[in-house]
Amino acid sequence: MLTANSPQTIATDRGVPFVLSAGEREQIEHAMHHYADPRAATIDALKIVQANHRWVPDGAVTAIADVLGVSAADVEGVATFYNRIYRRPVGRHVIAVCDSTSCFLMGFDQLYGALQKKLGISPGQTTADDRFTLLPIVCLGACDKAPVLMVNDATHFNVTAENIDSVLEQYL
Amino acid sequence: MTSNVNVGLTNVGPETHPLTWRYTKAGKAVVDIKEYEALEGYAAFKKAVTMQPTDIQAEVKAANLRGRGGAGFPTGVKWSLIPMGADAGQKYLVCNADEMEPGTFKDRMLMEELPHQMIEAMVLAAYAIGASKGYIFLRGEYVLAGERLNAAIDQAKAAGYLGENILGSGFNFELHVHLGAGRYICGEETALINCLEGRRANPRTKPPFPQQAGAWGRPTIVNNVETLMNVPAILLRGADWFKGLSQGKSTDSGTKMYGISGRAKITGLWELPIGTSCRELLYTHGGGMADGFGLMCWLPGGASTDFLMDEHLDLPMDFDTISKAGSRMGTALITVIDDKQNILSVVRNLEQFFARESCGWCTPCRDGLPWTVKLMESIEAGEGQEGDIETLHQLTRFLGPGKTFCAHAPGAMEPLQSALKFFPEAFKKGISKKTIKA
Repeated sequence: MLTANSPQTIATDRGVPFVLSAGEREQIEHAMHHYADPRAATIDALKIVQANHRWVPDGAVTAIADVLGVSAADVEGVATFYNRIYRRPVGRHVIAVCDSTSCFLMGFDQLYGALQKKLGISPGQTTADDRFTLLPIVCLGACDKAPVLMVNDATHFNVTAENIDSVLEQYL
Repeated sequence: MTSNVNVGLTNVGPETHPLTWRYTKAGKAVVDIKEYEALEGYAAFKKAVTMQPTDIQAEVKAANLRGRGGAGFPTGVKWSLIPMGADAGQKYLVCNADEMEPGTFKDRMLMEELPHQMIEAMVLAAYAIGASKGYIFLRGEYVLAGERLNAAIDQAKAAGYLGENILGSGFNFELHVHLGAGRYICGEETALINCLEGRRANPRTKPPFPQQAGAWGRPTIVNNVETLMNVPAILLRGADWFKGLSQGKSTDSGTKMYGISGRAKITGLWELPIGTSCRELLYTHGGGMADGFGLMCWLPGGASTDFLMDEHLDLPMDFDTISKAGSRMGTALITVIDDKQNILSVVRNLEQFFARESCGWCTPCRDGLPWTVKLMESIEAGEGQEGDIETLHQLTRFLGPGKTFCAHAPGAMEPLQSALKFFPEAFKKGISKKTIKA
């Protein structure tokens, strides 16, 4: 049950200064306007940073807290709660393989095993060339086309141990 | 890649298939506002703004529309609990589009293929409850749905269906797509509100219910995608018409999105009269099990529903009948478990899901679910110890309804308790003959 937010993985950049870019700050401030309280833009802000850095460094947590006017602990609480916010570095592409009921019935074990063998990594790890990070994820809501996985923001359907190469080669 | 929708159904039209007829008729997604308007689009909303909001609430109540997210709570009753009148202040309408119940893929299809139907349903419901601000709480993984909803919102704004003084009615409504970041518990309506506010998605104490104090402490209605998307048709054609849609198959009203996943010949979605049996769904529409596979058991509507067996195939799939049979209709998208599966592995997988997705707020759930997984893992490996089965039975009670803060752990216990009931021999075989030395 390893996830990107497992406790031992936190704080790989402690002490490294982090400054939000003008663009990031602007995007976060824009997101705040959709809500009655700036705090509601926490997930938006984390995603804005993650889009640029692939993950959310420690310094970004503090910087986001400053913009939103909430404590860094509150931002960290949100950052570590959700499956799709990464609090340690990930590769260029994150593979999230659905391990819920229908995918499990349709061959998740074989697919996950094949991926680990092909990439030479265990779940939660990143390949040495920084190309892929492998994670499990909950039901992706495409159970009629199981097994399903996501690479970054793209969902791939009917993925099997046999056709996985044709998916991976789309991501360099 | 689109799901199979309504495969094999003929005569799909507005009188019989209020949710999907536009998609089936167009033969593709209806994403453009002109195309949607040409298919009766926004006609219901135009009618609505000539009516009193409380009359709309009464119509939805009379139609007996029940929540399609799984709980089946009457939507009209929920709406009637929200304060109305000039001094009610800021109110919110939130659409629960955080579809994450394993085995469920209906809301994805409805939003991806019919985004304007979602917008019309939102603005209409907002008018009925007097909410000036609405959020579609969409799971972040539904990227295409998000793009299409945002494009539809832009078109609807330009056409005057959103914004200020809509259609000259004096009603204002602003709509925003809020993207989540993935966590099953966000489907629980108070956890969803916490997430919307930018907090950890722990559930809140009820009461107060969201209708009294929801988002930012203001009266808030949270409805599921499919629930809301029924509302325009109810208003256009009336409560009596909606009640008749079940064609006498059930005392519940309307149609229901049914679906199949697992090893069936045809997987996908069908809009059918509510109360359609699983046998009709699986064998008439789904073509039966895939070649070489038999049916061991089935989940009627997601991971958090009790397994049902062959003997339950002819029951009408509606809220009350499936409850009486000892399960829940849930989302009504069935997962078929084929006879090549090890039931112990299936249950272990289900419990792993719930253990990982527990928000950790209350002790029985946070500690009881990982314990359940450990017991299942050892029994699956044939290394269960004497007393383990009794412990599992005990956990189904200690994590059952009323013992935990929300419905997450009780939901997790449903497949476990039914597996213990229907497959006792499989569990017994998992108990090791070896004894542990003290």
